[in-house]
Amino acid sequence: MLDRAQAPQSHDIQGMKLVHPEHMVLDNGLPVYIFRSQDQPLVKAEFVFKNKFGVESEDPLRNTALSALMKEGTSRMTSAQIAEAVDYYGAFLMPEFSFDHTSYTLYTLNKYVPQILPLVYDILVDAQLPDHELDNFKRTNRQSLQISLEKNDFVAKQLFYKTLFGNNRYGAVVTDEGLSALNRRDLAELYTQQIQPENCTLFLSGNITADVIREVSNYCGSKWKNTTVSKSVESKIQIANAYHTELQFQERPDAVQSAIRLGRQSLRRTDPDFPALQFLNTLFAGYFGSRLMRNIREDKGYTYGIGSSAVTFEHTGMLVISTQVGTDVTAATLQEIQKEMNLLQTELVGVEEINLVKNYMLGAMLGSLESIFSHADKFKAVHLSGLDLNYYAYYTKVLHEMDAEKLKAMAQKYLQYEDMVKVVVGKM
Amino acid sequence: MVNYSKFVLANGLRVLVHEDHTTPMACVNVLYDVGARDEDPERTGFAHLFEHLMFGGSVNIPNYDEVLQQVGGENNAFTSNDITNYYITLPAVNLETALWLESDRMLSLAFSEQSLEVQRQVVIEEFKQRYLNQPYGDVWLKLRPLAYKAHPYRWATIGKNIEHIEQATMEEVKQFFETFYQPSNAILVIAGDVKVEEVKALVEKWFATIPDHPVKKRSLPQESPQLAARRESVEADVPVDSIYIAFHGPDRHHDDYYTLDLVSDLLSRGSSSRLYRALVKEQQLFVDVNAYLMGSVDTNLFVVEGKPSEGVDVAQAEQALWEQLDRLKTELVGEKELEKVKNKVESTMVFAELSILDKAMNLAYFELLGDANAYNTEVAKYAVISNSDIQRVSAEIFRAENSSTLIYHAKNQEAHVG
Repeated sequence: MLDRAQAPQSHDIQGMKLVHPEHMVLDNGLPVYIFRSQDQPLVKAEFVFKNKFGVESEDPLRNTALSALMKEGTSRMTSAQIAEAVDYYGAFLMPEFSFDHTSYTLYTLNKYVPQILPLVYDILVDAQLPDHELDNFKRTNRQSLQISLEKNDFVAKQLFYKTLFGNNRYGAVVTDEGLSALNRRDLAELYTQQIQPENCTLFLSGNITADVIREVSNYCGSKWKNTTVSKSVESKIQIANAYHTELQFQERPDAVQSAIRLGRQSLRRTDPDFPALQFLNTLFAGYFGSRLMRNIREDKGYTYGIGSSAVTFEHTGMLVISTQVGTDVTAATLQEIQKEMNLLQTELVGVEEINLVKNYMLGAMLGSLESIFSHADKFKAVHLSGLDLNYYAYYTKVLHEMDAEKLKAMAQKYLQYEDMVKVVVGKM
Repeated sequence: MVNYSKFVLANGLRVLVHEDHTTPMACVNVLYDVGARDEDPERTGFAHLFEHLMFGGSVNIPNYDEVLQQVGGENNAFTSNDITNYYITLPAVNLETALWLESDRMLSLAFSEQSLEVQRQVVIEEFKQRYLNQPYGDVWLKLRPLAYKAHPYRWATIGKNIEHIEQATMEEVKQFFETFYQPSNAILVIAGDVKVEEVKALVEKWFATIPDHPVKKRSLPQESPQLAARRESVEADVPVDSIYIAFHGPDRHHDDYYTLDLVSDLLSRGSSSRLYRALVKEQQLFVDVNAYLMGSVDTNLFVVEGKPSEGVDVAQAEQALWEQLDRLKTELVGEKELEKVKNKVESTMVFAELSILDKAMNLAYFELLGDANAYNTEVAKYAVISNSDIQRVSAEIFRAENSSTLIYHAKNQEAHVG
């Protein structure tokens, strides 16, 4: 007779095999990292550029605008023709922006690489950044900003970043004035400075045949020349260590929910304690079984969800907790968050819970390696932080060795309610 | 090509297994053939509320999530108007834990009062977060009842209103489980680093003893053909105006479904698509525009929506949308443009094969539609569509008397103008 109360035998989570890339340097000095798999006839080519900023101030809006406008016209092709060609081959060409990097990612069937790559090359060397396209960018973005500003969580997020980081790329927020002030001259200057082989790394993954390599070597190597001596100056970025930690409350009289966001500056990936911080973050509010999720959602029903994450940037990091809750329980939620923080600082976490979080994180790591593209992503994340794939062995080791004392010490350091920037937009 | 083996247990549970040894993971996807369309019109939102309760403990296992996380797994679920779908991803070595969990909640739930009370609150907060607390969030609460008058698609999966969720009782929860959560009303798909024979033995072990009470054949009120254009305008606290036009279209089994799906691609897929090019880039009448087919099993809606640029009159913007729809009726689409949207369908299918979860969900869904293998032959159905098919279907669908138009007028802007 089947005993349904008895759990089946479980097994240790092992078998994480990371694919190590082949490394190649093209004629123009462009480093290429190659991840091969013949499972699917697909290619992903991700061109990652370090963001460059003005000497005086950092306005990431220029970088965002540039990445959007690069594919809006070259001297050979109009915006419409570029879009038509990419879509015709069933490909996807997507600009992506983060505070520290701008990337261009091409996804395509590998048989169309010879057709698509010349087009990508054109975009990299000959983007015209037409004025009328910039106007259109401003028009559409100004209006979508208006819509975003009606969302409490968006407003809370802007206020949070501004308070936490101050006047630099991390603390800059999009404003109507900022959008209006964009001009072609600045973007063209940024394009010349930033979109150069010497400022780029190419991550190539999928079914990378000899033909693909040949096309890449030609269009991304021999033909693509460095055209400026980069004015690359050491970043003068200033990030204030002290920030305003009094609760900031913006009232929205019609709100049916309040957006809450709390957080602090924290570690970069290069810090030896970063994996431990991720562990603490997961246990605290980083997965469905977390302390805060169980308390605020599964016990009290205050919210549809609460989450936190430990984010790493080039010059700093942050720990951030966010949720949207019924307006009548806004204050109560803040109290519960504070209570859970204190608990982790004062009481040791039980062995069972530590094991639970460890296994969950090991499973998530294994599951994040779904295709050859995700192997490239894993490598990219550590490579751009100046680390190598050994990081993941270290990460796994930290998970296995985590204990209650370490968690308590980490909580005392990083989960002080008083140290947190606190923002509420809604009602309380 | 997604290969799979299929078998059916004596209790009627359909099981599909897809081996993919490029990953160390496995997926377990359980689709129940019940959605918001099966709800009592006085208890809408129930299928979705019930989905939340499926995580509140089963008859032998008090804590679903914790057991799964302990073996490195993750799970989630969604409810649509047609189906309720649960899925787990976990290291394949621990597959049996997932089967144990899914079989126990198929057998019976714990029916905990506390879980009902808490999840009722959680769902109410979800209602607020997604439908009430953001601009245009309530569009489906308005557009569905405008377009559907008889079919239960007239309400959204979250429900018509919060009151229905507040009023749900434990008796109704038990009744719903008895009625719909039966092995013969479910499709189980296992995909990933697994072997068919081993899976078969484990599925037999955990699922074969679950008794089945066959589910009554669905008989839903069907829409009568719409004979006159419908229109609703709302003054809302939104920053800019917004236009939604919904047309009735064919059900998921109809050949014209694929044609209409390609029409939506022509209109709004990718930055070379017609609406984006003409209305956002060239005429600059809109800041955002979109067209899509809902993908429902029963009669569909084809929706065209857009937000006019500042200063553009809604009537003028609406006219511009219609001009694009009319073009499809009067001019044949060029061969190259048609080829373009077909190419995109094909490449998208290849990208979808990268994910075992996507494959598992798709197999389950196509099995529900009648045959899992139809997933593998989808591309062929798009390939045979001609430009005259596009023209014929566009002429049938894009008629004023087949349309329901919903306009959001921005309150502030009105005050400004008037």
